Amino acid sequence: MTDARSAVMVATTRHPWGGVVRVGLLGGVVAVYLCLVGIVPTFAERPLISGAISLGHTALAMAAVFSGYLAARRAPAGNVQAVAAGALAGAIAGSALALLVVVGEVVDVRAVMLQASPALYDLLTLGMGLAGFWIPAVAGAVLAGAAAAVSILPSSYRLPLSWGLVAVVVLGLFAGLLRTPMLTGALSGVARFLFASDGLTPVGAVITFVVAIGTNVLQRRVLVRQRIAEMPATRRRALLAPAIVAGLLIVLVLPLSLGGFFAQVIALVALYVLMGFGLNITLGLAGLLDLGFVAFFAVGAYTVGLLTSPGEFGIAQWPFWAAIPFAALIAMAFGAFLGLPILGIRGDYLAIATLGFGEIIRILAGSDLLKQWLGGPRGILNIPKPIDVPPDHFLAGPHQIYYIALACAALVAFVAWRLRDSRLGRAWIAIREDEDVAQALGIDLVQTKLLAYMLGAAFAGLGGGIFSALVGSIVSSSIQLFVSINVVAIIIVGGMGSIPGVVVGAAFLIGVPELFRELSSYRFLFYGIALIAMMRYRPEGLLPSRIVRRELHVPDEVAAPGAPVNGSAAG
Amino acid sequence: MPLLVAEGVTKRFGGLVAVSNLDFEIEQGGIVSVIGPNGAGKTTFFNCIAGFNRIDEGTITFDGLPIYHLRRDKIAHLGISRTYQNIRLFANMTALENILVGLHHHLRSTWIGAVLGTRHVREDEARAHQEARRLLQFVGLQGKGDMLASKLPYGDQRRLEIARALANSPRLLLLDEPTAGMNPAETQQMTEFIRRLRDELGITILLIEHEMRVVMGLSDRITVLDHGERIAEGTPEQVRANPRVIEAYLGTPAT
Repeated sequence: MTDARSAVMVATTRHPWGGVVRVGLLGGVVAVYLCLVGIVPTFAERPLISGAISLGHTALAMAAVFSGYLAARRAPAGNVQAVAAGALAGAIAGSALALLVVVGEVVDVRAVMLQASPALYDLLTLGMGLAGFWIPAVAGAVLAGAAAAVSILPSSYRLPLSWGLVAVVVLGLFAGLLRTPMLTGALSGVARFLFASDGLTPVGAVITFVVAIGTNVLQRRVLVRQRIAEMPATRRRALLAPAIVAGLLIVLVLPLSLGGFFAQVIALVALYVLMGFGLNITLGLAGLLDLGFVAFFAVGAYTVGLLTSPGEFGIAQWPFWAAIPFAALIAMAFGAFLGLPILGIRGDYLAIATLGFGEIIRILAGSDLLKQWLGGPRGILNIPKPIDVPPDHFLAGPHQIYYIALACAALVAFVAWRLRDSRLGRAWIAIREDEDVAQALGIDLVQTKLLAYMLGAAFAGLGGGIFSALVGSIVSSSIQLFVSINVVAIIIVGGMGSIPGVVVGAAFLIGVPELFRELSSYRFLFYGIALIAMMRYRPEGLLPSRIVRRELHVPDEVAAPGAPVNGSAAG
Repeated sequence: MPLLVAEGVTKRFGGLVAVSNLDFEIEQGGIVSVIGPNGAGKTTFFNCIAGFNRIDEGTITFDGLPIYHLRRDKIAHLGISRTYQNIRLFANMTALENILVGLHHHLRSTWIGAVLGTRHVREDEARAHQEARRLLQFVGLQGKGDMLASKLPYGDQRRLEIARALANSPRLLLLDEPTAGMNPAETQQMTEFIRRLRDELGITILLIEHEMRVVMGLSDRITVLDHGERIAEGTPEQVRANPRVIEAYLGTPAT
């Protein structure tokens, strides 16, 4: 710890406290930014701990905590110095907010900064207005100082404390989600005790904090990880089985206890998992960056709409199950049709070409040209549910879509897994690695790439078809570039070529923003931050596949004695 | 009839004539070397044969069949394999997987069969793995099949690249500086290995090489290029005695 700190000191040859001040200024910029783009005021409407702490305050507190943590690592050696550095950085960050309050209260800046409202200043000064301008600075100093103090504690104290705080924040965020199903069961008393209608109760927060610390301490005392690691492989496998069963139960049974809205959200997540698996073949295995995924999504969605809807644009009134294979097949045919002319293009150019196709299809779907067949902005309505059940049946509503999407996702994952270890999968990976050499080994590039592209398209069509059944209609405004971006982002965040990665990516990028409606206007901001952070700190994704991990995280070994693997073609 | 015949091959890059009006032929079962100073057009000529470069004039025929207009994969299907001057393995695949990619053209399983896991596909895969292991053993890499290609030592990477080229069951093998960067002992091993390729597998070999001991020891015939033109052709003894060759290499007439 001390060594690390002094190493940082050596790196910053300027004044020893310069780094601390810079952290404080950075924290201030972040805090002011959070306020002025409206994140803090919006979040303030959502309590984390009912009646006490809002999500807006939590966001600012987190800025202070990170400032304190970073400042402590840049401070000169010594415990007192570390805490002082934290407090200083926090005070500087808080002063930026104080300055915002003063300037805002004296000069009305709302003409320029829409969010710089009296409500924001009340939030920052805890209701005291201009008279309380000092509050953010003091609060920042206290919080960041505390964070710095915690950061220099031995890990046996630091980790349980951090764990407790994280648990409170997470449980507070998910309180609404957890409370609804618990209220109906035997746990309703516990639910009322822990959760208010909007976040944790204060008592619940304390209990959560204590329980989280307790379990963490207990887990360290009992050395769970170490014991599992020391177990013979057979026993470890025996432990794995119940874990898988529990996982399956959560995935299959838990959603039944969720209300309609959450069921809608997880159905959407499952749908994106399905499409993520599909694009994973195109992008993850064959390395073809397809930014026009929405084109095939649209083809699938309109196919199901046209074939099933009894409304004015419907042409067949087939049941969903008869239509959905056609959604995949027709999307696949479109994939062949669009793919053939462009698959000779490489890399970034292919991405641009597919992006163009996506836009063409999007514009066509909403155009007057096709309005008489596709309904334009009004769309195709009354698309029937796949399974016709009475309204009180447990499969009524979005639940059935969830299970259908889940089953299809499993199917796609199976297909992808089987293909990866086949002759074709090897050819895809070879093309991704070195297209010229792969071709010189006898691989037909266009044919092989086209197959990857068509399979991706088929699964996008499948996703689109299920989507239209989920929503019950397909309108041109559902066909957005954002669908393509979502799927690519899921794969990048989750980990390219990784099956669990897609699940995590979809939950993170689709599920979380849907659950926190407050976030919805800042969705792109969070996407941007998440993507930049991933590229910077974890380019292989959250749960990377074996191959990608070895590509990105063994640079020293790759550059070992036999260095000239994969040189460029010299003449 | 010669296996490969090039007539009047010319390849230009902008104003630079990399290969100029080159005539060349190689008999079935022969080992022929192409030598010459750096920039003489040796690798460009290789690239023309393997379909990496399109020739501007002339013809190249393989077993009587014109190939100079074919795509790389079609040329590979006819039985021409190559290695690269700077090794170009699939760095993030294992040694075995690299060879399996080389076998691609000889496997028959379709994607639907692979998804369904049909017996035909499973047998196909089992045969492929067996063949790949046999090739690993043939080049002396037994037991290293599961190592990443990038983690193999340099000499093993050279051998793996040859094994991958052999997976295509070639009739003509183009080796671009197979002993580059090797010490004398490794060079000696590689020389013997190349001779085995011809003697045991009956593969015709076309070689670019700088190491004169390898060239003189292995080759039936040698073609010397300078500035894209053929300045000499003949047996090792004839070439060694050719004043133009000596001039091209040393820059001054022999004393």
